[in-house]
Amino acid sequence: MTYMQDTVLKMNGICKSFPGVRALQNVDFTLCEGEIHALMGENGAGKSTLIKVLTGVYTKDAGEIYLKGNNKPVHIKSPEEAQKLGISTVYQEINLCPNLTVAENLFIGRSNNLFVNWKEMNKKAEQVLTGLGIQAKPTKQLSACSIAVQQMVAIARAVDMDCKVLILDEPTSSLDDQEVAKLFKLMRELKSRGVGIIFVTHFLDQVYEVCDKITVLRGGELVGEYQVKDLPKVELVAKMLGKELGDLASIHNEAQSADDKKKEAVIEAEGLQSVSGIKPFNFTAYKGEVTGFAGLLGSGRSECVRAIFGADRVIKGRLKIKGEPVHVSSPIKAMKKGVGYLSEDRKRDGIIGDLSVRENIILALQVMKGFFRPFSKAQAQAFADEYIKLLDIKTASADTPVNALSGGNQQKVILARWLLTHPDYLILDEPTRGIDIGTKVEIQKLVLKLASEGMSITFISSEIEEMLRTCSRLIVMRDLNVVGELKGEDMTQDKIMYTIAGGVSQNEQKQ
Amino acid sequence: MIKMNKTLSAEGVSVRRGRQPLSDSSFLLTITISMFIAIYALAIAFLGDKGFSKIQMFFNLFNENAALIVIACGLTIVMISGSIDISVGGVTALICTACTVCLNNHGFNFYTALILALAIGLAFGIIQGFLVAYMEMQPFIVTLAGMFMGRGLVALIEVNQIQVRNEAFEKLSGSRIIVPFLGDYNKKGVFIPSKLEYGVVVAILIVIVCYLLLKKTRLGRSFYAVGGNAQSALMMGINVRKTRFLAHVLCGLLAGIGGFLYLFHTRSGSVQQATGLEMDAIAASIIGGTLLTGGVGNVIGTLFGVLTSGIVLLVVTAIGSQDPWWPQITRAAMLCFFIVLQSIICSRKKK
Repeated sequence: MTYMQDTVLKMNGICKSFPGVRALQNVDFTLCEGEIHALMGENGAGKSTLIKVLTGVYTKDAGEIYLKGNNKPVHIKSPEEAQKLGISTVYQEINLCPNLTVAENLFIGRSNNLFVNWKEMNKKAEQVLTGLGIQAKPTKQLSACSIAVQQMVAIARAVDMDCKVLILDEPTSSLDDQEVAKLFKLMRELKSRGVGIIFVTHFLDQVYEVCDKITVLRGGELVGEYQVKDLPKVELVAKMLGKELGDLASIHNEAQSADDKKKEAVIEAEGLQSVSGIKPFNFTAYKGEVTGFAGLLGSGRSECVRAIFGADRVIKGRLKIKGEPVHVSSPIKAMKKGVGYLSEDRKRDGIIGDLSVRENIILALQVMKGFFRPFSKAQAQAFADEYIKLLDIKTASADTPVNALSGGNQQKVILARWLLTHPDYLILDEPTRGIDIGTKVEIQKLVLKLASEGMSITFISSEIEEMLRTCSRLIVMRDLNVVGELKGEDMTQDKIMYTIAGGVSQNEQKQ
Repeated sequence: MIKMNKTLSAEGVSVRRGRQPLSDSSFLLTITISMFIAIYALAIAFLGDKGFSKIQMFFNLFNENAALIVIACGLTIVMISGSIDISVGGVTALICTACTVCLNNHGFNFYTALILALAIGLAFGIIQGFLVAYMEMQPFIVTLAGMFMGRGLVALIEVNQIQVRNEAFEKLSGSRIIVPFLGDYNKKGVFIPSKLEYGVVVAILIVIVCYLLLKKTRLGRSFYAVGGNAQSALMMGINVRKTRFLAHVLCGLLAGIGGFLYLFHTRSGSVQQATGLEMDAIAASIIGGTLLTGGVGNVIGTLFGVLTSGIVLLVVTAIGSQDPWWPQITRAAMLCFFIVLQSIICSRKKK
């Protein structure tokens, strides 16, 4: 046995291939008892594949897995088996049954008793939940709980399974700061009990807050294992990207909106109001300009652009597209007027996972053309190839189902879909959420390039820095009101926050 | 001050609701039961003279529907696990004809006929379950084939309608349980005690067993888990394939029992027998609060679903319409009502 005394898990030379893709190539990973170990990498680096190999969802092609307490390498063939070996996982998408109660979700699949003792189960659930400070009633149906609570229940389940190895796969993506703090407290508690925790996340700050070690993967290969204290953040990013950080800093939108009157207005909204509850707002977008909607979550950023696109029914106000008054009662009308909208939630509104990359790319154009005049396969293939190349979409072929792509590449596919319709005005609602830094930079660059070619773009992001880098004009929102507009030298973080806090609503200004 | 109190109490309501919401399942069950009671009450109030006030009428509802109750329980289980079985009507017809032929010509008695019925049901359940769970074929297609197979085999055995000619069986089938203390007075004022068929006792026992199975056993809860989210169930260490398989086997077994009860009640077999029975069973399950998408439902609801369908049929007939379409249209309206209700629940869940 080569592993050290307190090593709980050791993976040696793990390989895994899928048709057309080598997802993992000779990857080593070591986890010690009482350690929080971050597994980092861009989308497509192989983090998820490694986790799935470890949990028995995939079978490895080569390599060995050693677990403490087993003298021989273990062969994990199913999640059930992984569970029995003491490997518990909390996945990114909550893997619980919404139709069962909280208590059942904690205990189902874990006992071999023929009968269920509800009383005892609820009592035990109560103990587990209070022990971890989770406020949920054991008898409550899970779907009636908030997403955050559901996530906590999933973690409680894993924790309660007396696991030696706990895998947290992006557990913090649906939690707010307070809940994240609670989770970290819990992780430290488990750490002191000697549990080895593998923590997969996109958030760098969280890694530095809670982790001891970092293992970085890139393109299916191991980059290295580091102590957190020895690896500055900048270096971590550089290692994940495999290049220096200069790229990020170099992007800045130099094109200032000089004189509005000389420019051609693409979108003019006046007192627009929709069923979403948004207050009437005025907004103008000019040709060749990147505008942004800034504000806190829920301030109405998305609602504004949804009204322009006709995704929410407009109940008041006027909208002109390229100077022509229009009434966009549905997205298809907006699309025909040259408006594109890349929605916030790509899983729900954008991607059709079972269709191929090619079909997803031509979808919007096909809708505009009408379904009774389909594109020939060659034509569609040509479109797809063009944009796969242009946006550098990493896919085995144009026929690959979009599901098989990583998040960042899925986003590029949707972007390609809209670019193919050659819109005059393109709305990008959180296009960079949940995707890796490399793709983020590419998308930001692309936005600026498109604008310089004359497209008008509205860019919405939760990251203010990103907005500052990309946009030339910012519309600031608070509580469903437009409260200010910033451009040029006024566009600084401080100024934005000041405006969010104290700006005056457009509607009040008029009076 | 009064106004403030009002807002406070309004908040109080929402808080209470947030703390202990009625689960989807029990909400739908409540609706079904109250609907059954409401319809029955209305029938007694307005159509009392047509026999609805008689207690025997209530028991007849069970006498007529014992087989359907059992079969619908099987469908409920399959639907909870996220699958479907539309072969049960064909299986029932096959059981009736096969058992009749065996009773008449091959010297079968009550018990051997029962074993034959269970074997047929189980065979269908096992084959279909294997194809659905382990071969990952579409349950609708697999059981559609099962349905054709059932009816085809009936025609292969016997094309004409046949009656059971087995004295012992007929005697047993004709006997009734006298319900103690309950009964009605006829026109002459003579007390006639209510009668119940033996099949009803079996059906009620089956409902209880299924209820306990779904509520209290590991297997039962696995059905819910698999129907709610199969992927999650797999991740949580449930053997999804085995669970699906067992759901179909159980449904087949219950179709066997139900088919035998059908024979016990009708004492005949024919190709056209029990046509659309599978749809009646699905409708009863849905009216009883089972979600076609899986994960939600229970057999108590299904029992009331069958009874509600039954009473609606009786009421519409009693109103005087001999036209066959009115019961159908009424049932369609009821189904619509429940499907709309379910989709509201589903959309609420997505939020």
